Amino acid sequence: MKRVVITGLGVASPVGNDVSTMWENLLLGKSGIDLIKAFDTTNHTVKIAGEVKDFQPEQRFEPKSMKRLDRCVQLCMWATHEAVEDAKIDFEKYDRTEIGVIIGSGIGGISIWEREHEKFMNRGPARVSPFLIPMMIPDMTSGYVAIHWGLKGPNYTTVSACASGAHALGTAFRSIKYGDAVAVVTGGSEAPITPFALAGFSNMRALSRRNDEPEKACRPFDNARDGFIMAEGSATLVFEELEFAKKRGARIYAEIVGFGATGDGYHITAPAPEGDGARRSMERAIREAGCPKESITYINTHGTSTELNDKFEAIAIKNLFGDHSQKLVMNATKSMIGHTLGTAGAIEAVVTILSMYNGKVHQTLNLTDPLPECTDLDIVKGSTRDLEIEYALSNSLGFGGHNCTLCFRRYTP
Amino acid sequence: MALFDDVRNIIVEQLHVPPEKVMMEAKFIEDLGADSLDTVELIMAFEEKFDLQISEEEAQKLDTVGKAVSYLEGKVTT
Repeated sequence: MKRVVITGLGVASPVGNDVSTMWENLLLGKSGIDLIKAFDTTNHTVKIAGEVKDFQPEQRFEPKSMKRLDRCVQLCMWATHEAVEDAKIDFEKYDRTEIGVIIGSGIGGISIWEREHEKFMNRGPARVSPFLIPMMIPDMTSGYVAIHWGLKGPNYTTVSACASGAHALGTAFRSIKYGDAVAVVTGGSEAPITPFALAGFSNMRALSRRNDEPEKACRPFDNARDGFIMAEGSATLVFEELEFAKKRGARIYAEIVGFGATGDGYHITAPAPEGDGARRSMERAIREAGCPKESITYINTHGTSTELNDKFEAIAIKNLFGDHSQKLVMNATKSMIGHTLGTAGAIEAVVTILSMYNGKVHQTLNLTDPLPECTDLDIVKGSTRDLEIEYALSNSLGFGGHNCTLCFRRYTP
Repeated sequence: MALFDDVRNIIVEQLHVPPEKVMMEAKFIEDLGADSLDTVELIMAFEEKFDLQISEEEAQKLDTVGKAVSYLEGKVTT
């Protein structure tokens, strides 16, 4: 079994289009949630989201190639460019049949789907773009990254709604651990802020309707929470086999040591009672990491700001950790970024790794009145906190009952 | 040459090529960097602009700028 380390990070997020800006804003407690600018929301009940601002992919890539990609893949290319630069890896120097790409997306190219479907309905089948299918399929994230960088190892996309990004990282980790690749470019991407998708999520009653106070809308683990906030973004991480990374002199952020995946087998959208699936996914990640559960210092929670998720995730943590749950430090990145759906697990893995690497955990914005299940849990609020982290977990739970937990360990040479 | 100008503008926009490269003898795939999906989209843009239908058999023969221009001239003027 090989050891797997993280050597490159890249993002496009509602609080910054690069890793350092995102991290600074999270430490400052800045929200990226605002009124939707992408389209007119007059007829929508929900008018707020976490949009990626000033996004100009033509700054980094050829305009013709960007025109052929949905925003979902454009965001992914943006984040991947940063991650590859950050890892300082020149792929051409290595056997690229041993380097894979596994990027998750919950929905894929929904904006092209909507645009072309409108043409189809109004003007008939002959007017539908030949680029509809390649732009729409969620796996074009992994496909296009491989095309651009010439990577020919394992290549596919994981789809598990809001856990897609986390499953991508988990499978990337296993690919390297089991010797199928020496490096994998992994992450998540999502661009769901469209009129049609907003209507769908809104009519599920899943979204916050706090339109008059966008920055206060996302309040994980708070009694006044009223739903999640849709967001877009992308995060890419470069995973490498430890010896391969050391040999090329790579800077190592952290080690990934556990991947737990479970299913609820319960309901299409509601989590299983008491967060049973989430508890078991955390248990599995810790089992693979091979550490006592008391060695976990920090959990980056799924923390969506929905009624059931936050309550059940808190219960799951208490049921698994027992007395140790009171010593754990937790936060919810979505309080500032919103819910980037298929990206969430990847972007929160980036945040978990940065927290470990920098010894700091950001606050959970808007947490002022913790729900009863959380009054004895240490969920960081008010300001950033210094914290030395040895082992950390990151949870991602998706519609359909997909639960995924990743376990990271601080890297010490 | 108004029709040529229209055709050239469409090609420049669709294929992101400089206008001076769009010469009558230029081949869409070999000279202007189009792939098979680009050529389908190009034909659709011609249909849209000139309000006509181009069958797949006809479309396959239109592999250069010049062939497209003369085909469209024949259709648009009649």
